[in-house]
Amino acid sequence: MALEHADVLRAAHLARLGLSDDDATHYLDDLGRILEMVDRLQALDTEGIAPLAHPLDATQRLRADDVTEPDRRDHFQRCAPAVENGLYLVPRVVE
Amino acid sequence: MQWETVIGLEVHVQLATQSKIFSGASTAFGAEPNTQACAMDLGLPGVLPVLNEQAVAMAVQFGLAIHAEIPEVSVFDRKNYFYPDLPKGYQTSQMYDPIVGPGEVEITLEDGAAKRIRVHHAHLEEDAGKSLHETFTDDTGRAMTGIDLNRAGTPLLEIVSEPDMRSAKEAAAYLKSIHSIVTYLGISDGNMAEGSMRCDVNVSVRPKGQAEFGTRAEIKNVNSFRFVERAIEFEVERQIELIEDGGKVVQETRLFDPDRDETRSMRTKEEANDYRYFPCPDLLPVVLDAAYVDHLRETLPELPDEKRARFQNALGLSAYDAGVLAASRETAEYFEAVKATCGDAKQAANWVQGELSGALNREGLAIQDSPIPATRLGELICRVMDDTINGKAAKQVFQALWNGQGASADEVIEAKGLKQVTDTGAIEAMIDQVIADSPAQVAQYRDAEPDKRGKMIGYFVGQVMKASRGTANPQQVNALLKEKLDALC
Repeated sequence: MALEHADVLRAAHLARLGLSDDDATHYLDDLGRILEMVDRLQALDTEGIAPLAHPLDATQRLRADDVTEPDRRDHFQRCAPAVENGLYLVPRVVE
Repeated sequence: MQWETVIGLEVHVQLATQSKIFSGASTAFGAEPNTQACAMDLGLPGVLPVLNEQAVAMAVQFGLAIHAEIPEVSVFDRKNYFYPDLPKGYQTSQMYDPIVGPGEVEITLEDGAAKRIRVHHAHLEEDAGKSLHETFTDDTGRAMTGIDLNRAGTPLLEIVSEPDMRSAKEAAAYLKSIHSIVTYLGISDGNMAEGSMRCDVNVSVRPKGQAEFGTRAEIKNVNSFRFVERAIEFEVERQIELIEDGGKVVQETRLFDPDRDETRSMRTKEEANDYRYFPCPDLLPVVLDAAYVDHLRETLPELPDEKRARFQNALGLSAYDAGVLAASRETAEYFEAVKATCGDAKQAANWVQGELSGALNREGLAIQDSPIPATRLGELICRVMDDTINGKAAKQVFQALWNGQGASADEVIEAKGLKQVTDTGAIEAMIDQVIADSPAQVAQYRDAEPDKRGKMIGYFVGQVMKASRGTANPQQVNALLKEKLDALC
């Protein structure tokens, strides 16, 4: 799959990464080579093979439904840039 | 042109766990902002999610209740998007291998017929936090949004239906069915006002007879049974008008505004959503063996459909009564407790749906908040059945119990002197007095054709009941009166 300049900018935007045009050109080359490798993998016949959800051959352990985390709001909010009435403040989001 | 409406629902049910789906923070409603948001919920670096076994069990119970397939393996995926109330930058959800496979829910249509609505799947996911767009400002006076992450990480079961509903009423009936299943199972409190259950509605229209679906609009976050119906009704009308005027429905997300009774387009995002789902590397595949699923199947409570069938078949209630009484777990439990005390299902059903439900509606109370406990109502019915009081007095007793005047039916009957008079001598004395006081009516009775007299006796019954302050046994009064009046003819 040939990657285009616009694809790189779009991927960067979705990931909220600020890329300059020069950066994008650089990534276009890097990502292009990664995708070439993916293309080679795609050529393999995977008919009847279930997609691998996790590289570890293990299953999820479950925890009991107990409340184990105490309120540590003051502690956590010490590193927040702005708080008010217990809320974290962020630049206004308008729907 | 005849149009057909096609509706599919995505219902989000908040599971009634004590702690969050991936962390040990509390899920209790109404806490101070951010006091129930731990490092995991805040998405701080280095944290790892561990899945809550109760959330898994609840999801499987739901699956079993809708006769769904429970796959052996299910997988969590990351749904990536940026919003401040989602601090990790992704929502942990299930895209490809959900915990509950295809199933079905039965709904009852207005004409009493049953219809099966297929459920495509149900998956587990975490809720996001809450954004408060109030008047917050930072030090420089810039407008800010407040974020409360108490809700972040609360377990949700998203139940996705097939587009099988054909009217707003069917959609509401389906939502009620889901509500009654989850509350019967006890896996959610089903409280729509607190957001424990909310739904997204997919609506499209097509000319009747056409096989392909029309373009659909998605109405987000509808949070009451009534709003679901109103939102769909508005949306269907909007789409039909649009098409008939030569326009086209665009696939978009809309919001229902209950105050203006309309749906509005949400500002279309600059680009289509691209969530870039991929398997969450922090969570391993969840494997449920058959023994585990069988164990949960054995612990399932009696479900609404089964209860309705039992009320009808074993207790002899009508289909309508059985449906109303089985619709909510609280109503069913109350009814069964009344029935256990008085021993008569039909009497219990009549009182719960008549006097009690009327009083609850007037005061806007839920049945579990009834001032009259079920056993007290059962005792009252016992007193009607053993002829201690008549039906009229029973209503007075009910009112007194409702108002807290007296702890039991017996106490109220005693205090108000409502005990039914069944002593023939006492009733005869009252009848004689009434006959003596009503010469004109007696003359009319005597002169009337024998087949008209039946109706005329009502006047005398009324007088005798009045004389007894409502306590005489009406059947006895009737019989004795007829005897005495006919003897005069």
